[in-house]
Amino acid sequence: MSPWLRQHRRALGLALRRLGILNALVIGVALSLPAGGYAILENLRGVAGRFALDTQMSLFLQPGAKRADAEALGKALRADRRIAKVRFVPREEALKELSSVQGLPEVIAALGHNPLPDAYVVTAVVPARGEAIEKLSSDLAKLPGVAHVQADAAWARRLAALASIGRLAIWLLSTLLGAGLVAVTFNTIRLQILTQRAEIEVSKLIGATDAFIRRPFYYLGLLQGVGGGLVALGIVWAGLGLLNREVRLLAESYGSGFRFGFLGAGDGFAVVLFAGLLGLLGAQLSVSRHLREIEPV
Amino acid sequence: MVSFSAVAKRYPGGQEALKGVSFSIEPGELAFVTGRSGAGKSTLLKLIPAIERPTSGSVIVNGQNVGALKRAAVPYLRRNIGVVFQDQKLLYDRSVFDNVILPLAFSGHPPREAARRARAALDKVGLLAREKSNPIQLSGGEQQRVAIARAVVNRPALLIGDEPTANLDAESAALILEVFVGFNQVGVTVLIATHDQGLIGRYGKRLLRLDGGKIA
Repeated sequence: MSPWLRQHRRALGLALRRLGILNALVIGVALSLPAGGYAILENLRGVAGRFALDTQMSLFLQPGAKRADAEALGKALRADRRIAKVRFVPREEALKELSSVQGLPEVIAALGHNPLPDAYVVTAVVPARGEAIEKLSSDLAKLPGVAHVQADAAWARRLAALASIGRLAIWLLSTLLGAGLVAVTFNTIRLQILTQRAEIEVSKLIGATDAFIRRPFYYLGLLQGVGGGLVALGIVWAGLGLLNREVRLLAESYGSGFRFGFLGAGDGFAVVLFAGLLGLLGAQLSVSRHLREIEPV
Repeated sequence: MVSFSAVAKRYPGGQEALKGVSFSIEPGELAFVTGRSGAGKSTLLKLIPAIERPTSGSVIVNGQNVGALKRAAVPYLRRNIGVVFQDQKLLYDRSVFDNVILPLAFSGHPPREAARRARAALDKVGLLAREKSNPIQLSGGEQQRVAIARAVVNRPALLIGDEPTANLDAESAALILEVFVGFNQVGVTVLIATHDQGLIGRYGKRLLRLDGGKIA
């Protein structure tokens, strides 16, 4: 093993021994807020994104419309160059689809007749911008026999807009708490330097380089940040787990299998890396400010 | 080994500790710096490992102009000079052994080799049996010997002691001096500051007598 590597191992060992669980916990709790918020937003964005990209819309015909009128409308739709795909959903088929949803057959049976209209599912030509979709849907609504046009993209776009506001809020929160992390590390390292004052002074007197003296403190800042990042991931994981128990019940009542997914491996790694680097930054600031003050005479 | 030429040292505040000191110490020599308290002995010794820098004049150690040394080069200079401080500067949060092995960590010695060297140094000052003790449990003389062991663990060519026998009874003081003399006998250049004239007279070695910041 080279002397350089041996010195790093020594510094890492010292840092591990001095690492305070409490500090990592404080940092972790602080970081879990933006990390958790980010995880939830990513989930919502996933849902919104799936629909926002979707250029599909549903055309509901007037109830009791004749099949011949429906076919005429279908011809008109197929002639529209803005439309890529047209699928006819007869009312019988829609009823059958609805019946497969848990709990609904009883409701339908109670109605005694089919309340559903015929419908067309239309897919606009991609790429279709938001405004183009709006225009198309309002044009389609004017066609004879059409009762209602539902563009799934509209509410998805609103959700996406909300999500981008949320994302901004999370960035602000991350910045503030990141600065907090740097400050916490700065202070921890300052106290640690004061504790080690005698050792630092003697070491300087008998031939330790500045790098040798600084190294354990850098490692301490880095480890504290990484520890905090890991704690934050743990809190987010546990929090989403708790949330999912309730979400599952709610989603199942809507026949959906939606769950909040945990942060992806890349995002999780980024949280830990980000926390570690901020810890290192705090240590660096503290060391360069406080070690100079200890000059032996 | 050590060469001072027209060295002056003025502290901030105007106090002149040294006023044009010139002398030189040959390799393998043992010399004493004497003089009353405040004569400039400590300042003179601190100039050698660049703990203080001269205001004017030049301090040459092992061919290096110490006064002009860059900050980053100072640690490497200090590794080649064993310094025994008046107040020992031991660390009381660790054992005698860990105190002595500390300088070897700076240079990244292999652990086994470092431990072997630290024990050899402790053996030379007669404290191998106390390696696991905390320095606080040792007598003043023993603590000074631990400090010597730490100073020589890097096998420096130059060993300096700043009043190493101050605050010791006559018997312990004589023992400490014997340890220094022993290192000189195996070729280490030794420079000791002391105000205890009686103790050093019997060695018949070279004396640098400082008076009011000058060599008298």
